[in-house]
Amino acid sequence: MTPTTPEVGGMGHSIKRREDPRFLQGKGNYVDDVHLPRMVYGQVVRSPFAHARIRGINTEAAKKAPGVLAVITGEDLAKANLAWMPTLFHDKQMVLATGKVLFQAQEVAFVVAETQYQAADAAELVEVDYEELPVLVDPHRALDANAPVLREDREEKSNHIFHWEVGDRQATQKAIQDAPVKVALDAVFQRCHPAPLETCGCVADLNTATGRLTVWLTSQAPHAHRTLFALVGGIPEENIRVISPDIGGGFGNKVPIYPGYVCAVVASLQLGRPVKWIETRSENLQSTGFARDYHMTAEIAADRDGKVKALRVKTLADHGAFNAAAQPSKFPAGLFSICTGSYDFPSAFCEVDGVYTNKAPGGIAYRCSFRVTEAAYLIERATDSLAYELKMDPAELRRKNFIPKETFPYRSPLGWTYDSGNYDAAMKLALDMIGYDDLRKEQAEKRKRGELMGIGVSSFTEIVGAGPAHTFDIVGIKMFDSCEIRVHPTGKAIARLGTKSQGQGHETTFPQIIAQELGIPANDILLEEGDTDTAPYGLGTYASRSTPVAGAATAICARKIRDKARKIAAHLLEASEADLEWEPGKFYVKGAPSKSKTIQEIAFAAYTNLPEGMEAGLEAVDYYDPPNLTFPFGTYICVVDIDKGTGEVKVRRFVAVDDCGNIINPMIVEGQIHGGLTEGFAIAFMQLISYDEQGNVQGGNFMDYLLPTAVETPHWETGKTCTPSPHHPIGAKGVGESPNVGSPAAFVNAVVDALSHLGVRHIDMPVTPWKVWQILHQNGIS
Amino acid sequence: MTARPVHVTLNGAEREAMAEPRLLLIHFIRDVLQQTGTHLGCDTTNCGACTVLLDGRPIKSCTYFAVQADGKKITTVEGLLSNGKMHPLQEGFREEHGLQCGFCTPGMMMSALALLERNPDPSEAEIRAGISGNLCRCTGYQNIVKAIQYAAAKMKKGATA
Repeated sequence: MTPTTPEVGGMGHSIKRREDPRFLQGKGNYVDDVHLPRMVYGQVVRSPFAHARIRGINTEAAKKAPGVLAVITGEDLAKANLAWMPTLFHDKQMVLATGKVLFQAQEVAFVVAETQYQAADAAELVEVDYEELPVLVDPHRALDANAPVLREDREEKSNHIFHWEVGDRQATQKAIQDAPVKVALDAVFQRCHPAPLETCGCVADLNTATGRLTVWLTSQAPHAHRTLFALVGGIPEENIRVISPDIGGGFGNKVPIYPGYVCAVVASLQLGRPVKWIETRSENLQSTGFARDYHMTAEIAADRDGKVKALRVKTLADHGAFNAAAQPSKFPAGLFSICTGSYDFPSAFCEVDGVYTNKAPGGIAYRCSFRVTEAAYLIERATDSLAYELKMDPAELRRKNFIPKETFPYRSPLGWTYDSGNYDAAMKLALDMIGYDDLRKEQAEKRKRGELMGIGVSSFTEIVGAGPAHTFDIVGIKMFDSCEIRVHPTGKAIARLGTKSQGQGHETTFPQIIAQELGIPANDILLEEGDTDTAPYGLGTYASRSTPVAGAATAICARKIRDKARKIAAHLLEASEADLEWEPGKFYVKGAPSKSKTIQEIAFAAYTNLPEGMEAGLEAVDYYDPPNLTFPFGTYICVVDIDKGTGEVKVRRFVAVDDCGNIINPMIVEGQIHGGLTEGFAIAFMQLISYDEQGNVQGGNFMDYLLPTAVETPHWETGKTCTPSPHHPIGAKGVGESPNVGSPAAFVNAVVDALSHLGVRHIDMPVTPWKVWQILHQNGIS
Repeated sequence: MTARPVHVTLNGAEREAMAEPRLLLIHFIRDVLQQTGTHLGCDTTNCGACTVLLDGRPIKSCTYFAVQADGKKITTVEGLLSNGKMHPLQEGFREEHGLQCGFCTPGMMMSALALLERNPDPSEAEIRAGISGNLCRCTGYQNIVKAIQYAAAKMKKGATA
């Protein structure tokens, strides 16, 4: 790739972000900032019970309350066939409850009033007569004969949702039977919530004169959401405009459609006025898309010298009351079968069973490419279990089993074709950066003195960029993505994509791809996303797919423009196309570099001086169907010290070596890694949504759902290797999720390592001081 | 509930509007005075997205009544710019990539401003403690620390120049 000048700012330049000036001056435009004339406010009435029959709803008092314009119940929606809506994964979900409620904080009624405070007051006046039913909280009990069957609406009278398996069951069974060394690990990846700082919400505005519905929506996938509104609501798709304005973080939370959105749209249809609905934080944590809740077992078989032979994984997935997992339709457990990770397993088998419980629906991909985080955590934890069994250094064991770099493209035993990888290079750099050998010596000395220090290694492989149309779709829509570029007469340009940034910096990075391909300075290119009236159709931003899919579309789209520019340049230079050479920003005649035309001159000519018969303008659109997924990887190493008195874990150092292929903007990539590591840290040590026996959610606000502040958050040290994706037009792979996928195991491995001499082999996340203190106390240390 | 007039000086401008006694200051600023730069993130004084300066002291406006602010000076993110020029904090956040989605940023900068006013030369630990009432889900704080260090250096230079 020819480097561009800093003024052009193509690939590899850390140019400052285009989106910052408005955010820094309080001039962003988030959904809650949208204020329309005659706008009114919606408030959801929620169930206090996890499982209860609704005997009746009395809305009379609420309807008479000051300012109230409408009170909508499930029965009202049923008349319009809207009491239920499809989820993103072969299931349906109640918009407003009819018959019974299935989780605490489930949506029961929707109150609309002139002001937000009036709506909240009136919501308190909606009387719901509940008859409590037995509650199912523990997924391990879901299939018991005496468990209450939760979903009366389904034909199958069972809480079982799906069984999914992949791999060679017999060969794996035999390899495990025959192997001299085997280990098993039970690990729970706890239920947690992405908790972006902006909650979910919308403003729905139906123009009664035109019949047009405009919805400002906290959406990571505005185009798909428009189509779903059309299919579910029966509104002609051309009459729906979804605008996803500035988004205050998403992390997967803003992929599904939530009942509050549907209610706001219905209310706007009913009232002919704009209706705003914004979640409180408690509503966000208690009712919208949770993540994980995977109860996993891994078995690894190996030779005595540590060479792995087989992996068997069995998982119970708690999906809550509705299967609202936001993932490709052919993958009930997402891309969990990446669980063989970076290692060359001759055979493997993986099976997952999903069940219903009385908990909030979800199973969304929280900063993760569909269950990849669960998979990476499991294999990286289980690999440490094998290292303890073999009494082998965990880094050495990994290096012994890495898929060799010569074998890429590599076909995994669970069916993936890894496009590229060089795992040992990333491992070696991480070991060097952290000074691994010295740390092991220090640990041995400290252990003699009774001090607790641990080193945790994680060498993850991700699978991102969904995905190839032959296999990947969400509710039937193929997972391509798109870019449209228009170059104006003055050589400036506008580009629009089917994705939607939520803080990733798309307005900065995608123009850099165009700058690289066309030589137009990145700062001369305006990038827009999120308005379905103007942007080309795309599946949106999640699962680290923006750069792998829309980024590829951007490069290809720019190349289409370059092809036309070449024809115009040939016309202007009176040369044949074949005689022209390209360097970023201009075409010149071979052997006569002074005879050249810049892209700006060509752009002007596209509107003023065209070759005969050519259509005017300089624009293109590309819908990109990726040939494969991309496979970012890295090695993370964490060093912890444990306070023997309190059980508090202090992360002393953390080195993250990432390989995301070619980098568009190093500053932004590093920022993504810092953020992802911090979320991984939060998951490892703090974040937990749990339920008591009655199904009351614990962790339903920021007082109980713990997030790290600047004080707890470690200092991150980053490094990189570069193994470009061979099939991606610019060799990029995606990075936003790698640190969140790879880091939880590094943290937990470090804590277990510090306690391993006590026989500790596993601690479930979040690793709280209380859990660690109990271990110390039981061992007579604390 | 009977509304009563609330008079504040918002970013140097005299503003008066009616407010119910229960109206939260964040709603008064955002919905009544229509300055939407300050955000609401958690409702429980945890996340700090709603941080504003009240007579120079940082407060979380999601758990503060508008009537309590009567007669006081409020500074929000919209008040950082002076004569069209970015404040060193705004500059620092941009230069050091101290923001991603931008939702926590206004409150974060208000806490940082209060910190630098009482401690112009903070250590890294003091900066981290100074913004520990503000949550960020995107950046991991490291670049926010650098942004505040950038601003501290620049403000010091400005003070001695």
